Parts: sequence; structure tokens; C-alpha cells
Amino acid sequence: MKVGRVAGTVISTINISLLDEHRLLLCDFEDLDGKPSGYTIAVDVVDAGVGDTVLILDEGSSARQILGLDHGAVRAVVVGIVDQLVVDGEVRAID
Amino acid sequence: MQLGRVLGSVVATEKTPGLEGIRFLIVQPLDKQSRAKGETLVAADAVSMAGPGELIYFVASREAAEALPDRFVPVDHAVVGIVDDVHLEEE
Repeated sequence: MKVGRVAGTVISTINISLLDEHRLLLCDFEDLDGKPSGYTIAVDVVDAGVGDTVLILDEGSSARQILGLDHGAVRAVVVGIVDQLVVDGEVRAID
Repeated sequence: MQLGRVLGSVVATEKTPGLEGIRFLIVQPLDKQSRAKGETLVAADAVSMAGPGELIYFVASREAAEALPDRFVPVDHAVVGIVDDVHLEEE
């Protein structure tokens, strides 16, 4: 999993069926200093909002397990909203 | 999944079994502001509605094989949706 930040949402009406009932969040991956390092479009299962710091899972079989699917083209899922990051004993502010 | 723009399509009649009946799209990967980034690639079209110029999103690796109706079609990228809009937070 990676820490990231929800930078926006992707609106899509034509897509593969499994994505129909899920919100798609465009998330920046962030390094520990909060610098963006790439992005992904992830399925939201925790109702994260734009601007939230989040935990992003980026692996298919776990993603399918979370969505209760045996098969499906899903890999990136927002699985948690981060309240606190402690790095080298220092609490990082979550803006 | 990543954003992409459909540039065109590829027709290949001579191909490995398992790829029959699959539409191949030429896709330019985009950054989050929808600007071209990285090399173009060829993706299987799992929504069969994406035309040239359209903004789409695609998935890579094993999940691409999972995107098509038949099980484990041997593809490494697949278009899984057409973007209506991307709402980005104003930085």
C-alpha cells in the first residue's frame, strides 16, 4: 500500500460493469515529505473526499477481495483515510 | 488506472490465438492534468465504445487480462472506461 492524497474525482458513465457502483478518485502518490510521485485512479470504498490523505492499495487480488469479486479489472483501491503519520518519531501534520 | 487519450487503432489479422475479436486501441498515457506523458501503447478495448481523441482510463498488467469477458485474454493493457470529466482540486 502507499500513502497518497485525493486530488480529484473521475466521472465516467461508460465503463466496465464492475466500476459502475464505485466512485473513482484521482489520487497523487506522495513520498514521505509529501512530494507527489505519480498518480493513480482508484476505487473508493471509504468515502474519502478531495484533499484527504489516504491509504491506497495497488494490487489486484487484494482489491478483488475487498470488492468481493473472484475476477475483475481492479487494482487500486482507497482503503483508508489517514489521521496521523508518525515518521522518525515526528508526527506529521495532515493538512 | 491511468488517464489516456485514444490516438487510433491497430488491426492485426495474423496474431496469437486468444486475441481474436479484440479491438486494439493506440493510447497516449496522460498525467493527471491530461497532458501527454510517456510512450504510447496498444491497449485492448474492454468497453468497445472508445473512439479516436476520446479521454479514457486504462489498467495494466494482470488486471488488463481480467477486463475482457473471456478469462485471461493475453493482453497487458486494457481500456476500462471513458472519462466524462475529471474534477481536480485547484492547487
